[in-house]
Amino acid sequence: MALNWFKLSSPASFYPVAGTLIPWFAGGAAVLTAIGLWLGFGVAPTDFQQGEVYRIIFIHVPSAWLSMFLYVVMAFWGALALGFGTRLSGMMTQAIAPTGALMTFIALWTGSLWGRPTWGTYWAWDARMTSELILLFLYLGIIALRQAIGEPRRADRACAVLSIVGVVNVPIIYYSVKWWNTLHQGASVKLTGASMETTMLAGMLVMSVAFWFYSIAIVLARLRAIILERERDAAWVGALPEVRNVAGVAR
Amino acid sequence: MLEAQNLAARRGYAELFSGMGFRVKSGDALVVTGPNGTGKTTLLRMLAGLSAPAEGEIRWNGHPVRPFSAELRNVVAYAGHLPSLKDELTTEENLAALVELSGASASAAEIDRALDSVALSHRRALPARVLSAGQRRRIGLARLILSRRPLWILDEPVTALDAAGAALLARMVHDHLDRGGIAVAATHQSLGLEPARVQSLVLGETVPA
Amino acid sequence: MSAEAQTSVAAATHAAGDAALAGVRWALARDLKLAFRSRAELGVQLLFYVIVVTLFPLATTPERNLLATMGPGVLWVAALLASLLSLPRLFATDHADGTLEQIALSPYPLEALVSGKIAAHWLTTGLPVVLLAPLLGQQYYMDGESLTVLAAGLLIGTPILSLLGAIGAALTLGLRGGGGLLALLILPLYVPVLIFGAGAVDATRAGLGATANLSLLGAGLALAVVGAPFAAAAAVRIALD
Repeated sequence: MALNWFKLSSPASFYPVAGTLIPWFAGGAAVLTAIGLWLGFGVAPTDFQQGEVYRIIFIHVPSAWLSMFLYVVMAFWGALALGFGTRLSGMMTQAIAPTGALMTFIALWTGSLWGRPTWGTYWAWDARMTSELILLFLYLGIIALRQAIGEPRRADRACAVLSIVGVVNVPIIYYSVKWWNTLHQGASVKLTGASMETTMLAGMLVMSVAFWFYSIAIVLARLRAIILERERDAAWVGALPEVRNVAGVAR
Repeated sequence: MLEAQNLAARRGYAELFSGMGFRVKSGDALVVTGPNGTGKTTLLRMLAGLSAPAEGEIRWNGHPVRPFSAELRNVVAYAGHLPSLKDELTTEENLAALVELSGASASAAEIDRALDSVALSHRRALPARVLSAGQRRRIGLARLILSRRPLWILDEPVTALDAAGAALLARMVHDHLDRGGIAVAATHQSLGLEPARVQSLVLGETVPA
Repeated sequence: MSAEAQTSVAAATHAAGDAALAGVRWALARDLKLAFRSRAELGVQLLFYVIVVTLFPLATTPERNLLATMGPGVLWVAALLASLLSLPRLFATDHADGTLEQIALSPYPLEALVSGKIAAHWLTTGLPVVLLAPLLGQQYYMDGESLTVLAAGLLIGTPILSLLGAIGAALTLGLRGGGGLLALLILPLYVPVLIFGAGAVDATRAGLGATANLSLLGAGLALAVVGAPFAAAAAVRIALD
C-alpha cells in the first residue's frame, strides 16, 4: 500500500487516475443531489416555526460544512507540501482553495437569504455567520497570495504556511466570535428546533455527501488543469492526446 | 570538499541549467562565468544554502546538505550582490554586527586591524549611507577576513572595487586558499590565482555531468 | 542513556540555548539601534494612531455615552491598523539591502533572530500604543477602571499583533500589493485579539470583570510566542528561496 501511494505522488501518474475518478464522483454527486433535494423539498415536512423557508438548510448546511472541511483538507495537503516538498501536494492546495471559497460564499449567501424572512434582516452578527465570513476572507487571502507570488514553488509553500496558521486560528476565531456574541446577547440562530425530524436530517446528510462528491470531482478537474499548466514542459504532457489535438500546437 | 551532483535550476517555468556537477577540494577555487541570466547567482545561492536545487544534491565533506542546514550555516561566508549593510549604522558598527551575526567574536583591536587592512580606518565612524559603493564592498571584504569560514561564496565580488581593491581581494582569496579554504566566485575578472587551483565552470553551454 | 551521552546531550542543549539567546540579543539590539536612529519614522506611526482615534468621534457623535461604548473598539481597531502600517518594515528593509540573507545564513537559529526582531518591533510600535491609549481614552470619556483594563489588554494583545503580523510580513516579502495583501492576510487572524481585548473593557463596564477575557488573551499570547517565530522563520526561508 505504501508503495502505491508514492507511485501516485507524481503529477504524471496521478493525472490519469484523477481522470478516471472524476466521472464517478460527478455522477455520484448528481445522483445524491437528486435524492437529497427530493428528500429535502419533497419528503421532509413543513417546519412548525419557519414554514417552507427552512428548506434552504439543505443547501446552507452542507456548504457550510464543506467550507470548513475543505479548509482543513487544504491545510493537510499544505503540511505535506511543506514536509515532503512534493509538487502534487502543492498543486492540491491550489486546486482546493477556489472550491472552498465558493462553498463559503454559498453558505453565506444562502444563510443571508434564510435570514431575511426569518429574522427580518439579511445579516445578523451571530457566531456562525460571522466566523463564516472571516473564513471567506481567509480563503480569499490564500488565493490572493498565490496570485501575488508568481513562482509556483514559493507560492505552494507560502500558501501552505498560511493555511496551516489559518487552520489553527479557525477554531479560535469561531470560539471568540461565539463568546463575543453570547456576551452581547446577539441574535442566536437556531436550526429548526432542538431535535430534527429524521427526514430533515437524512436530507441534510445526503446533500452533504453530494456536495462532498461534487467538491472532489471539481477539485480533481481543476487539479488536472493545474498539472497541465505547471508541467507543461514535461514530455508526457506533450504526448497527451488532449494537448496534441489543440489547434496550433506543434507536433 | 564541496561537491555537486546533477544540479538543476528552474526559475518559474524556465530551466536555467541541468545535470551540473563538480568537485572542489580544499585549497581550490571554482570560478563561474557565463552571460547574464544563465543562473550564476542562482547556482551560488544554492551552494550557500539559500535556495533548493530543482534536482540534484550538494555535499560538504561527504555529507549531503539541504538549504539552511546547520552544517552549511557554520561553514559558509556568502557575499551576494548587495553589500548587506545598514545605512544608519557606522562602518565599525556594520562590521561588528556582521561578524557577530556569523557567530565569530572579534575584539575591538581585531576590527581595527581589519578596517585598516581594507583601508577604511579613516571612515570607521561614518554612517554607511555616505560611503561609496567601493567602500561598502570593502566592508564586506573585512567581514570575510574576520568571519574565519572555510567556504567563501562570492557573487561578482569585484563589482565597484577599484584596482587597489581588486588586488586586495585577489590577495585575500589567495591567502584563504592557502589556509585550506574553498572559494566559489562568479566573476568576469581574473583573480590572479594559479591555474592549477582553479576550476572553471561556464554556464550557458552544455556542461558534462 | 549512558552518563556520557547524557552529559553531551545536556551540553548540546545548553549550547543550543546559548545560541538562541545570542541570536535574540543580536537581533533585538540591532533593530532597536536602527529604530532609534530613524526616530522620525516611529513618531509618524504613532501620530497615525492618534489621528485615526481622533477621527472617529468627528464622524459619529460627541455624545458621551455613545463614545464611551465605542471607545474600546475604536482604540483597538486603531491599534490593529497602526500595527499593519509598521509591519512591512519588519523584514522589507533587511531584504532590500541583502541583510536578510545574512541573517538567514547565520549559525544562530533563524527563529531566535526573528523573535528578536519581533520583540524590537513591539517595543517600538506596540508599547507606545499601550502607553498612549489611556491618554487617548480620555477623548472617549472612559473611566479609570476601563482605561486600566484597556491598557492591560493592549499590553497582552499588541505583542500578539507583532507576532502574527511577522508571519504575514514574511509571507508577503517583495510582493506587489504588499500592504493591502498583508492586511487581507493578517486582519482575519487578528479578530480574536480584537474581540477579547475590546471585550475585556466591555465586560468591565458591564460589571462582569475582565479576568476571563484577559486570561484568554494571555493564552493566545503564549500560543503565539511559541508558534509564531517558527512560522515566520519558515516564511522567511520560503521568501528567500
